[in-house]
Amino acid sequence: MSQRCIELEILRYDPEQDDSPHFQVYAVPYHDDWVVLDAINYVKEELDPTVSYRWSCHMAVCGSCGMVVDGEPVLACHKFLRDCSNRIRIEPLQNFPVERDLVVVMDDFMDKLGSVKPYVIPKEEKDIEDGEYLQTPAELSSFKQYTACINCLLCYSACPQYALNSSFVGPAALALAHRYNLDTRDVGRSARADVVASNSGIWECSFVGACSEVCPKAVDPAAAIQQTKIASTVDYFLDFLTPWKRT
Amino acid sequence: MLTIDTDVAIVGAGGAGLRAAIAVAESDPSLKIALISKVYPMRSHTVAAEGGAAGVIKDNDSFDEHFHDTVAGGDWLCDQDAVDLFIREAPRELTQVEHWGCPWSRDPDGHVSVRPFGGMKVERTWFAADKSGFHLLHTLFQTSLKHPSITRFDEFFSTDLVVVDGRCHGVAAIEMRSGQVHFFRAKSVIIATGGAGRVFPFTTNGAIKTGDGMAMAFRAGVPLKDMEFVQYHPTGLPGTGILITEGSRGEGGILVNKDGYRYLQDYDLGPPDPWPRKKAMELGPRDRLSQAFWHEQKKGRTISGDNGDVVHLDLRHLGEKKIDERLPMVRELSMSYVGIDPVHDAIPVRPVVHYTMGGIDTDIDSATAVDGLFAAGECACVSINGANRLGSNSLTELLVFGKRAGLGAAEFARRRTDSVIEQQVDLMAELSRERVLDLIRRNDGEERVAGLRKEMNSAMEAGAGIYRSEESLQSCVDTMMQIRERYKNVVLNDRSNVFNTDLFEALELGAMIDVALAMACSALQRRESRGSHQRLDFPERDDTTFLKHTLAQYAAMDVPAVDYRDVTITRLQPAERVYGGAVE
Repeated sequence: MSQRCIELEILRYDPEQDDSPHFQVYAVPYHDDWVVLDAINYVKEELDPTVSYRWSCHMAVCGSCGMVVDGEPVLACHKFLRDCSNRIRIEPLQNFPVERDLVVVMDDFMDKLGSVKPYVIPKEEKDIEDGEYLQTPAELSSFKQYTACINCLLCYSACPQYALNSSFVGPAALALAHRYNLDTRDVGRSARADVVASNSGIWECSFVGACSEVCPKAVDPAAAIQQTKIASTVDYFLDFLTPWKRT
Repeated sequence: MLTIDTDVAIVGAGGAGLRAAIAVAESDPSLKIALISKVYPMRSHTVAAEGGAAGVIKDNDSFDEHFHDTVAGGDWLCDQDAVDLFIREAPRELTQVEHWGCPWSRDPDGHVSVRPFGGMKVERTWFAADKSGFHLLHTLFQTSLKHPSITRFDEFFSTDLVVVDGRCHGVAAIEMRSGQVHFFRAKSVIIATGGAGRVFPFTTNGAIKTGDGMAMAFRAGVPLKDMEFVQYHPTGLPGTGILITEGSRGEGGILVNKDGYRYLQDYDLGPPDPWPRKKAMELGPRDRLSQAFWHEQKKGRTISGDNGDVVHLDLRHLGEKKIDERLPMVRELSMSYVGIDPVHDAIPVRPVVHYTMGGIDTDIDSATAVDGLFAAGECACVSINGANRLGSNSLTELLVFGKRAGLGAAEFARRRTDSVIEQQVDLMAELSRERVLDLIRRNDGEERVAGLRKEMNSAMEAGAGIYRSEESLQSCVDTMMQIRERYKNVVLNDRSNVFNTDLFEALELGAMIDVALAMACSALQRRESRGSHQRLDFPERDDTTFLKHTLAQYAAMDVPAVDYRDVTITRLQPAERVYGGAVE
């Protein structure tokens, strides 16, 4: 019996040679237990060493291999050939400039991630000798899901608002801000509000929820954004009611 | 060539590199830090560590116990002064990352939880479910964003250290998006590039773990220490090599062969009950468990599968609730990649290359023999891991020694006053650039990166696997020497300056070949069995001759020269390693 083959249509673009992106088709063997990344690695090793893409862990935790497969943003290491058609279209993530082939420029995301101050801002510095902060399992579980983001950018690729307005801080960064806001060790919510509650922050989100649908780690950034909106609204009214607390 | 002036250059932005960067920034905000990595920090392989990080914190535990477990676990090849420092610093460092927001799992009273781990007599492994490395890495990365003195150079591929007259002057690196070579002129340099598991074909290690930093230091004259000690983790998924954490056995999982028999009881790890029991059976050390698999396979008692023989890791008795709470990623990974839900079925597993105990020779302050050059994390060998690392000591190690490297490099940068020998340094940096350009421009040659890499992988697996012999290792060295010769004829298909992965894979292959040769030569010369280094022709440990660290020295196109250094023994004299019923 001859080996079953499938075709990969990979978007190619080298800014040094190409005026515009184009698709190149490769025939690869089909294996039931292969993920799309395995098929692309086959192309790279056996057919065409010039295909460029990012990958590392092959276990859906490093977040490197986000790409668009048959129109859907996925981790290539977590999308099985058995769940795809016989001709698979592979493109770089949407809403980011293409650096080359399947590699996108992610500077904008890295800037936004830093802009939300994603670190513990404590009430006061605690000495190491005083041991750990106490945090109950219930307090931990209030923000645990928002710690699970692997920064794979699938949510930015899916987000219709980011597509329209690239100044939008975006799902992953806002979910991360929410994660620290909810952490009992942190008092930095007002310090983050400049970015989070700005015109480019939570209010820009139109709650389509595409981010949460594509998230491979069930972070649910849409829920984080909606919860932040509520908290931010409460802040707004509290500010009217208790003006003496203004800083 | 662009030159970037900095005080401290750090190569690698995983756990060790980030911890070092934060240590420099906190100790002296006026020092400029260049944090250089071939990947974005959160892609670093620290991300894939699962089980946790060891540190004494509970009342039923003691520094002495952690010390003893680590030294005995390392089959007495650990330097005991380094282990003492390590176990004492461990709780402070783990508490520090707790303050920085690491979401460690908690007891009902709000204190950090600990779980049992292999080879540890007392439960002392801090964990964040089964994504401990992921959370540690992201906590460190996010915390690093607080510090304006840290400038990141993401996706810069480091190619060479610039060392003149025994002193490090910086590092050359290619900006991956433009292909431009930059010279980072630095007062001190820290290497934190992780391990080299990709030298082998079947490994838990991500694609980026190619020993680049080890090879850079090696070529610059720093010895690679104890490179023959390569850890096989006993429980990887067949085919992909995806790691199933030791935490799953810490939580009570058992290993059975094709007859449903807990075979570890036949290898001085029993009796099987009562279970769970520390330092016994499935909570024995990784080297012994992987070796037991090898013997079971020889006896025909493993289970044959499409991707090689396996045994079964059975978690079913833990129940769905505990599995979801403590081992959610294990469940997700086995459902995705082998179609097994551990709540209902046993997971097929087999030993898989996981960790390089050896690495860049450093002292207890993370300093190397080259002035101004430091190393920390898996790429370094201090050595606290000896001949076999205990699970959950490595995340703690990258914190403890990452910080020390940072403080040492900061101090060195502050004190450094020598006027740079500009011309020589520039010449060295230029040579590095030429080496890269030569690789891109070369037209004559018939070797391809992927093909040569596969041959290297096969040679290492066949010759330097779980069990080795004079014959297998000599043949491995011979093959590796031929592969290194053939590497001169590697020719690229890709000539682009933009994100040229063909080029980076070629450079990675060059590094891996150097590292693989150091492993094979060191293993060939060590005519004894100790920890993860098992010789069929020398089955006993030989303290008279080999209670010593191996130092492999780069020798250009020759076979690396191998020398030895005494192990530092302070308070625990070498003895037999005992596990199972013999522990107490």
